[in-house]
Amino acid sequence: MIKIKSSEELISTHEKLASCLDKKFHCEDGKRAIVVCGGTGCLSSDSADLLERLQTLIKEKGLEDRVTANIVGCFGFCSQGPFVKIFPEETLYTKVKVSDAEEIIEKDIIGGEVVERLLFVDPQTKNRVARQHEINFYKLQKRDIALKGNAEINPEDINEAIGQGAFLALNRALHMSRQEVITEVLNSGLRGRGGAGFPTGRKWQFAYDVESEDKYVVCNGDEGDPGAFMDRSIIEGNPINVIEGMMIEAYAIGAKNGYFYIRAEYPIAVNRLKNAIKQCEEMGLLGDNILGTDFSFRCHIRLGAGAFVCGEETALLNSIEGQRGMPRPRPPFPAVKGLWGKPSVINNVETLANVPYILLHGAAAYAAIGTEKSKGTKVFALGGKVNNVGLVEVPMGITLRQLIFDIGGGIPNGKKFKAIQTGGPSGGCLTEKDLDTPIDYDNLIAAGSMMGSGGAIVMDEDNCMVDVAKFYMTFICDESCGKCSPCRIGTKRCLEILTKITDGKGTMQDLEELKSLANVIKSNSLCGLGQTAPNPILSTMNAFYDEYLAHIVDKKCPAHVCKSLMQYKILPEKCVGCGMCARNCPANTIHKTDKVPVGRPATLPLRVHEIDPTNCVKCGLCASNCKFGAVIKD
Amino acid sequence: MAHLQQHAVEQITEICNRYKNEGTPLMMILSDIQKEYGYIPLEVQELVSSLTGIPTSEIYGVVTFYSFFSLTPKGKYVIGVCLGTACYVKGSQLVLDKFEELLHIKPGETTEDGLFTLDALRCVGACAIAPAVSINGKVHPMVKVGDVEGIINELRSKEAK
Repeated sequence: MIKIKSSEELISTHEKLASCLDKKFHCEDGKRAIVVCGGTGCLSSDSADLLERLQTLIKEKGLEDRVTANIVGCFGFCSQGPFVKIFPEETLYTKVKVSDAEEIIEKDIIGGEVVERLLFVDPQTKNRVARQHEINFYKLQKRDIALKGNAEINPEDINEAIGQGAFLALNRALHMSRQEVITEVLNSGLRGRGGAGFPTGRKWQFAYDVESEDKYVVCNGDEGDPGAFMDRSIIEGNPINVIEGMMIEAYAIGAKNGYFYIRAEYPIAVNRLKNAIKQCEEMGLLGDNILGTDFSFRCHIRLGAGAFVCGEETALLNSIEGQRGMPRPRPPFPAVKGLWGKPSVINNVETLANVPYILLHGAAAYAAIGTEKSKGTKVFALGGKVNNVGLVEVPMGITLRQLIFDIGGGIPNGKKFKAIQTGGPSGGCLTEKDLDTPIDYDNLIAAGSMMGSGGAIVMDEDNCMVDVAKFYMTFICDESCGKCSPCRIGTKRCLEILTKITDGKGTMQDLEELKSLANVIKSNSLCGLGQTAPNPILSTMNAFYDEYLAHIVDKKCPAHVCKSLMQYKILPEKCVGCGMCARNCPANTIHKTDKVPVGRPATLPLRVHEIDPTNCVKCGLCASNCKFGAVIKD
Repeated sequence: MAHLQQHAVEQITEICNRYKNEGTPLMMILSDIQKEYGYIPLEVQELVSSLTGIPTSEIYGVVTFYSFFSLTPKGKYVIGVCLGTACYVKGSQLVLDKFEELLHIKPGETTEDGLFTLDALRCVGACAIAPAVSINGKVHPMVKVGDVEGIINELRSKEAK
């Protein structure tokens, strides 16, 4: 591997590799290029086997001089994966199986014909769409800042990253003074993408202002919010971009060592990052005297071990130091006294992924995107009850309606939208009335939720909001580190009350106590985890008070989720007497009546069935086995 | 410490030596041991303590704090059902219930034959393919209640071969 030892060498290498990349995507050397999605979603649907099959076929059929095939990062449209994209035409095939590889090679690569049946079908127009940018899911997105390089370049090949412009931002930063770099980031308006939205430049300034021989930069990749996978995809899709962001930060504050703290649950991300760091070291882009300057920097990886609280920055520092991941009281803030007592800045993965764009294109270009107080783009992991599940990057300021209905394609099965949960266990639910709110840090807080790290879970009429609150409280109880009593004991009591309510034993007194307890936890907990833990309760109580009342007063769960408050029933007018329900009932509690089904002759042995609720375990097998829609929840 | 086998002692010593130059190597040592053996019993913690000088009490505190570290051995197949929000709203609790019912164990437990360990996971970041079930680290997409029996039978028949 060549070494890049100066600014000039970086630029000439970039130009050379950029033209290679250009040739690859535009077929200038007569070679077409196949890329296959290597995101977690697609990998779990066998996209690695698919790539291998394509490569084998290329070899077998002697097509090596006509086409290449490699893996790329996440396409984001995970519900349609695995993806195969073919350059230069940019044909996008969706839901590709290993068994489709042969047809793609035969028909498209050899025959030059598009495989129609693998194209995306627009659910509204029913037309087949051949190009990525023509798909509604991608139209409102801006995927070139945090998700830059995703689904384009090979995340395991540094040459493609350099061809795309990696390290040019660092190069520019190294020609500026450290204070100028910080000012640039301050002027860009970039705020922390981990959740709290603290201005990134100010964090850097604090650490810059402290005199110390040793300083550290830490990248928080402990993405613990259930329902969020932005950081994972960013690292998996373009690890070099995050490393470059960290290097710029390190130069600005004067750090020589950086630590990536990544969840152990993300093995692919960890491996790609390790590989990227190794390649950077081999090229001399990490180590001593980077690009011939006196800036020296090294990256290290530390794995989490399954503790949500370690996403809290001081708990994370304790974890790196080999201790239990419990938060430290602040002040002193990490910028003054952080890792091993030295000034440290902790930034989220997505925040760092934004930094190279700012340095390369300038603060003004970045600040031109977004709203007045929230600049740039935000990556959301759109999930739950929405048609287009996946990873989206949108400019700040688009509305929730655009996010859910235009990009997300609305709610599946004609169900009604109920709420969107943002901010994970620290956030809240937004409802119908908030749909036209432009998404930014301050608007979401004003609406009773928060930006959080970017999880966005859509819920429909079948989701019970009391159950959702209980779900988050169960999560928090498990994950509370136990250091301070408001969080350790308070969340447990909250969970007990919520369980009582969903069991149908709740009283109005409970509701009052739940609310006052929630406020006590909020104002008295030591760290962000506890301070935000009651948010799901408070926000669902605020927006769905009537659902709480239904559970307590009417002893009903309107969404038919809480098992103690619902039962299965067979509609006699719909039952045809086939007996599928009774045969599948594990509790043997479905019996024949003597009633003849509507429109059936009495001479047949078919009789309307009935559920005896005394033994019913509410497993729902009767409903899922009934082909006539006769079993309902009541 | 007496009943740790010689080669285990050697391997753990080697793991501790890997991180000799690190200031605070405990998490890395424990991660490697967990990966290698599947659990970190007290004897091993005592050995690590004698090798690194970190008190056993502190090591025990760390091992019991993080859900990735285990004091008891895990089954040959570790089945993790994701209970992250995206999976939960798509019914992963029902999938977990089914595994519990068919394997006769609760989350965190291992079957008597040592074949299966059941875990309730906190979001594996595969929200787009919810409900997700991870089996020895490989993520299976969109698992339905009706798929559970087939998954178990497939793993069992793999063992029978």
